Amino acid sequence: MNSGIITNLWLIPAVPCAASLAILSLSNARRKSAAVLAVIGQVFALGMSIFAFLPTLQTNSFRAVQNFTWFTFGDQALRLGFVLDPLAAAMLVMISLVGLCIFIFSIGYMAGDKNFVRFFAYLSFFSGAMLGLVLANSLLLLFIFWELVGLASYLLIGFWIERPSAAAAAKKAFITTRIGDMGFFLGMLWLYKRSGTLLFYDGGSGCLESAGLATLRASATFIALLIFCGAMGKSGQFPLHVWLPDAMEGPTPVSALIHAATMVAAGVFLVARVYPLFSLGGINGVTSSLTVVVWIGVTTALMAALIAIAQADIKRILAYSTVSQLGLMMVSLGVGGVAAGIMHLLAHGFFKALLFLGSGSVIHGCQGEHDIRKMGGLRRLMPVTFVTYAVGMMALSGVPFFFSGAWTKEEILRATEHWPRSHAPYFLMLAGVVLTALYMTRQIIYVFFGNSRVASERAHESPRVMTMPLIALAVCAIFFSVVLTPAWPWLHAYLRGEPAQFDVARLIQPMVFVSLVLVGAGIGLGIWVYRKAGAQDRQRSAEIDPLEYAQPALFRFLANKMWIDELYGRTVITFSWAAARLSDWMDRYFWDGLVRGFGAVGRVFAMLTTSVDEHGINAGVDETTAGTRGLGRLMSKAHSGQIQTYLAALAVGMLALLLLYAWLG
Amino acid sequence: MVGLITAIIFIPLLGALAVWIWPQKNARPLALICNVISAACALALWRNFDATASGLQFVERHDWIPAIGAEYLVGVDGLSLLLVLLTSLIVPFAFLAQPMPRGSYATVLVMQSALYGTFTAQNFILWFLFYEMSLIPAFLLIKIWGGENRDRAATKFFLYTFLGSVAMLLSFLGIYLARGTFDFATLAGLGKNGLLTGNLAWLAFAGVFVGLAVKVPLFPFHTWLPDAYQAAPTGVSMVLTGLLSKMGVYGFVRLLLPLFPNQIRVVGPWLLVLAVCSIVFAPLAAWAQRDLKRMVAYLSINHLGYCMLGLFALAASPVVAAGVDAHAALSGVFMQIFNHGITAATLFYFVGLLEQRRGLRGIDDFGGLMQRTPLLCGWMSAAMFSSLGLPGLNGFIGEFLIFKGSFAVAGPFTAIAIIGLLVTAIVFARAMQALFSGPLAQSCSAFPDLLRTERLVIVPVTLLMFAIGIAPQFMFNIFNTTVVHMARLFA
Repeated sequence: MNSGIITNLWLIPAVPCAASLAILSLSNARRKSAAVLAVIGQVFALGMSIFAFLPTLQTNSFRAVQNFTWFTFGDQALRLGFVLDPLAAAMLVMISLVGLCIFIFSIGYMAGDKNFVRFFAYLSFFSGAMLGLVLANSLLLLFIFWELVGLASYLLIGFWIERPSAAAAAKKAFITTRIGDMGFFLGMLWLYKRSGTLLFYDGGSGCLESAGLATLRASATFIALLIFCGAMGKSGQFPLHVWLPDAMEGPTPVSALIHAATMVAAGVFLVARVYPLFSLGGINGVTSSLTVVVWIGVTTALMAALIAIAQADIKRILAYSTVSQLGLMMVSLGVGGVAAGIMHLLAHGFFKALLFLGSGSVIHGCQGEHDIRKMGGLRRLMPVTFVTYAVGMMALSGVPFFFSGAWTKEEILRATEHWPRSHAPYFLMLAGVVLTALYMTRQIIYVFFGNSRVASERAHESPRVMTMPLIALAVCAIFFSVVLTPAWPWLHAYLRGEPAQFDVARLIQPMVFVSLVLVGAGIGLGIWVYRKAGAQDRQRSAEIDPLEYAQPALFRFLANKMWIDELYGRTVITFSWAAARLSDWMDRYFWDGLVRGFGAVGRVFAMLTTSVDEHGINAGVDETTAGTRGLGRLMSKAHSGQIQTYLAALAVGMLALLLLYAWLG
Repeated sequence: MVGLITAIIFIPLLGALAVWIWPQKNARPLALICNVISAACALALWRNFDATASGLQFVERHDWIPAIGAEYLVGVDGLSLLLVLLTSLIVPFAFLAQPMPRGSYATVLVMQSALYGTFTAQNFILWFLFYEMSLIPAFLLIKIWGGENRDRAATKFFLYTFLGSVAMLLSFLGIYLARGTFDFATLAGLGKNGLLTGNLAWLAFAGVFVGLAVKVPLFPFHTWLPDAYQAAPTGVSMVLTGLLSKMGVYGFVRLLLPLFPNQIRVVGPWLLVLAVCSIVFAPLAAWAQRDLKRMVAYLSINHLGYCMLGLFALAASPVVAAGVDAHAALSGVFMQIFNHGITAATLFYFVGLLEQRRGLRGIDDFGGLMQRTPLLCGWMSAAMFSSLGLPGLNGFIGEFLIFKGSFAVAGPFTAIAIIGLLVTAIVFARAMQALFSGPLAQSCSAFPDLLRTERLVIVPVTLLMFAIGIAPQFMFNIFNTTVVHMARLFA
């Protein structure tokens, strides 16, 4: 069975992609067929993923590759391949499982949309591309799927294409991530140049194996940083994070998919996949490239958490929380906690999908309203959504013991604490934990507690097709902890390729108390600050946020996303647009002006020669006979056998003809 | 199979004659029938082509004017075959784009014949004859059947390309007087040790270079192109961008690089600067265009800039490129030649469709098309994504290989050239936003979606793009041996 699944790994991305093509060929009315095809494709992917997962359990550090020649150019072969190892297998299961929940949820959520069929085609394509990405055993193949993931997100963010804001958001996402991708592309070229192969694992000669790494030497730092540019774009790291909150313009299931299972996970996954490039030549696991990763991650995590506090759009808060959590994962990877970072990515996949789908359920119930200040009191009207959402919120905040997010977050903090270079990231991450608990508490108070307000008066619970995925994801968010706890750190050991040991005593660690205190502080602070916000009556829907009341300037700064968009608009975008205008102007006036100037000079010259000709000929008729002999002498001189002379004569003749033409024409 | 190439060259000429004689209404079917025949010959050529043999195949050699070393010498290697196939593809595609007046069918057929000749001739005189023979039909097509500003565009086109041709002819006369041969293979063999000496060599180099650079066109010899493509009718724009520009690139591969290796090595960095300028400034200018046709024209300059980057990086590098890099750069250039041919022609085709429906082709004249014409938008997006180099479509293969090859030998230039990839994406993302998204514009509310006939044209071409993007081996088989052969020649 082992070899069977390895040779058929390609089916995992291929089947959802094929489903996508099949759905695209359906007519707009065949809604049921579309949904069924998409779900079947995804179920197949999930089943195959589980089959692929099984052999990786049998031995520690399981790794199997399936390489093949894509094409030969000249006499060189370009090889691609698929790889199955714990990292890929764990990602596969998470992506296909979360994806499946989102697919089912979408059947209910998108029921009224006129482009229902197209939506499922895009979803399947998105899922297929992401599954291919995690299976790639070649940086080139990874890049190919990486771009396809980008395309799918472009199509889905701009799905409601008749909305200008959706189209703008899609364009922004495409271009911003492509900026990072260009760095990735360059890094890939550099790696290809140095190591001569883009295969990760190839029986000892892959670029991530010792022989391949040995060829890199000092360039590894630059290659790693260039590749990291791509990860920054996809995973929404500062300064390329600006597209991610705008991606909320897509339908909510898309946001769930982008923020949980696909797209943003790709960047973190990429860094984990090519980790040997980052850690090459490090002392105590510290290299300059990893240091950059840490600081980018810290900046992103804190900045996004701060911005999230001042947002009013339910999805935007979650979007910034994703940015913040991704920063946390990057920090974890940077300080050497690769397994911890990936664990958090997996756990985050479940609870973030849960939160987004929950917010979708809320929006669905509130007739499309996004503003949390207009909601309220939904805990009674939408009990299932409330309970599942609360689970997601506590998992995200990191409430200890019962929720998956807490264990993985503690793992990351533990890794960060021991980073040799500086302790600052550790303390900043602790602050991040408080902020996360604070903004999630604020959100849940506004949405679910207090009295009903404008948008939530007539709210109703969502249909079962939407609540079932919520329940499934909530169960995952809780029970995923089983493999995460320090008592039995199975996933950690699995990802690191070690055997896991069971030891209840390890359950109680100092980090648990640190975490308990910080999360408690965040939630307590939130309840204290927003206690009145939830209680306000419905006449005052657009009330002033308590924080805005206390610190209007700071709040405005945060609510406007630190004016980073405006800053980019004034600098980068203005500059590029000016460059475009300048290029156009240069073409129209400078280069073309040169050409026309040249033409004008030619015309003047032609007129001169003509007048000389006229006079010369008219005046010269009489002298022609006398001149013949002299001309003969001249001609014999001209037959000098010197090529230069011939050429010069030819050139003059040609030029004269040409100028004559220009003058006549 | 002797005579196959001659047949391919002369069938369109006969077709032109037939179109001229027969009544007006038969012009298009006749032109298409003639193309079916020549395409069948081209396919026969492909079928009987021995992909493993290096050197010329199907050679036909006859004395022509022995006194000046002119021979009728035609033959194909992988590169020539690729371009013959491309010609057989693009011209019928252009005929299907829009109904044209009878005269223009005949003129395009003459041009097609000249193109076949250019891509197969192996003797300079013959080659130059065909090369010039393509210039005049192009001039007439713009001048007589063009749109707005056609006089200016045609004159500019003619002056530019004619000046370039004169410069090239003079250079070759110089070479002939010194070496006594016009045969490409012989000249290429002599090129290593220098065909000419001293300043004369530089003059000859400059002449050939300018002639070809105008044709490609390479920055800063490109300003005729936006005007010409903009003024030309849709079908003609498709042929101009799909095929005429390839004559320039072909000339670089066949003539300039083998004949003047020493000169190129000296001025190499400057040539690379020009290529990078093409790559970076052209899409920037495209961004600032309002006219869709002009926008696509500028992007053409950018895409041909990638070809130039690959060739110059290979020929100009101070270190001899390793086998893998040389093969990557050359294969990439060849792929790019073909890919740009079909993709750019398809883009012009779509602009033509929009113009037919709307009467205008400014980027702001449309809006919300996705609601009205989803099929048109979908297939047009495929062409745009192909053009911006999305993996899975044809454009990516060529660009990746070019960048791979040139990065290894000319790293900094290649790194700057990456900006071009980014700006191209911006240009297309902006165009898609303006055309497809937002509320449906009033003026577009009666648009028909892709008609059946249009679908029959566009679907096969797009499927070819996907085929090349996903499983490109069948394309590489055409020219792999030629690549190996040329890489050895340039090394």
